[in-house]
Amino acid sequence: MNSKLNRTHFVEGLTAGIPIALGYIPIAVTFGLLARSADLPFYIPALMSFFVFAGASQFIGVNLLSLGVSHGEIILTTFILNLRHFLMSAAISQKIPESVSKAWRAVLAFGITDETFTIAALRQEESLSRYFVLGLNTIAFAAWNAGTWIGLFFSSGLPAVLQSSMGIALYAMFIGLLIPSCKQSRSALVVALLAASIHSLIRWLPVTASISGGWGIIFATLISAGIGAYLFTEEN
Amino acid sequence: MELLEIFVLIGGMAIVTYLPRQLPLVLLQNLKLSPALVRFMKFIPYAALAALIFPGVLSSTGARQEAAVAGTMIAVLLAYFELNLLLVVTGGIAGALLVILRFAY
Repeated sequence: MNSKLNRTHFVEGLTAGIPIALGYIPIAVTFGLLARSADLPFYIPALMSFFVFAGASQFIGVNLLSLGVSHGEIILTTFILNLRHFLMSAAISQKIPESVSKAWRAVLAFGITDETFTIAALRQEESLSRYFVLGLNTIAFAAWNAGTWIGLFFSSGLPAVLQSSMGIALYAMFIGLLIPSCKQSRSALVVALLAASIHSLIRWLPVTASISGGWGIIFATLISAGIGAYLFTEEN
Repeated sequence: MELLEIFVLIGGMAIVTYLPRQLPLVLLQNLKLSPALVRFMKFIPYAALAALIFPGVLSSTGARQEAAVAGTMIAVLLAYFELNLLLVVTGGIAGALLVILRFAY
């Protein structure tokens, strides 16, 4: 009976992750193509997608590799870029029941990306089934790796026009997640507007424009969530 | 490039990516957070989502910024009416695609 319920949660996770898969495939195909055009042996991007599983870092990693940048520097850049997942993992830990073992948590942690995080974090349930999160992570991971291999071995990939318009897919998913929450809660709306404004300032002001993409998102998130926690002391 | 060097590089990238994902999930298991910190955590998803969307979305379709704007507007509209996420995504793609095709001819 219980295993049947677990399977239901797993399938729910897979289904909830379909928009992620739709967004990941064209990006991963591009990643495979880029790695090939940089003349890297196929196993480098294939191993990256399997073991690193982090979009932006992989693009930058392959790019820096082809430019001959030192490996230490590539690892440091990857670290800074992915430090934001520390915040996301902390937020997700609030929704994982205490009874879920450390081993399970360690497995689920591997699949935390911007996209799986946002889907999981904005679910209505107070606490999430570990099988739901596993399903969500599985479809995202599978799509990312399948896309990488498609890019590596079917070099023509998707038509360029379709590919550039599909670049908006994951952003549209973020919008689809954020807007309904902002309609429900004024505090969420205020925090979201703050974060978008702070991030734009960081990107556009000449003084802060050199801050890396990873830090920009971290600062904008920390500052606006902090202001929100200070301003809104009760649920509204 | 030495094969070993490549494995060390990918291994290093994998470790520095995995640790920030893993540590909070495993370490915060039995930790009771103060109410202020719980509120802070509750706001993280909205803050992170908005920071991820903007201004990045403007360059999501390459050089075609007008395509990104059109796709965003359609996605916002569909999201406002709380349509299924998949519809919001396909609507956004379709909006961007139409603008790119329109300008291609």
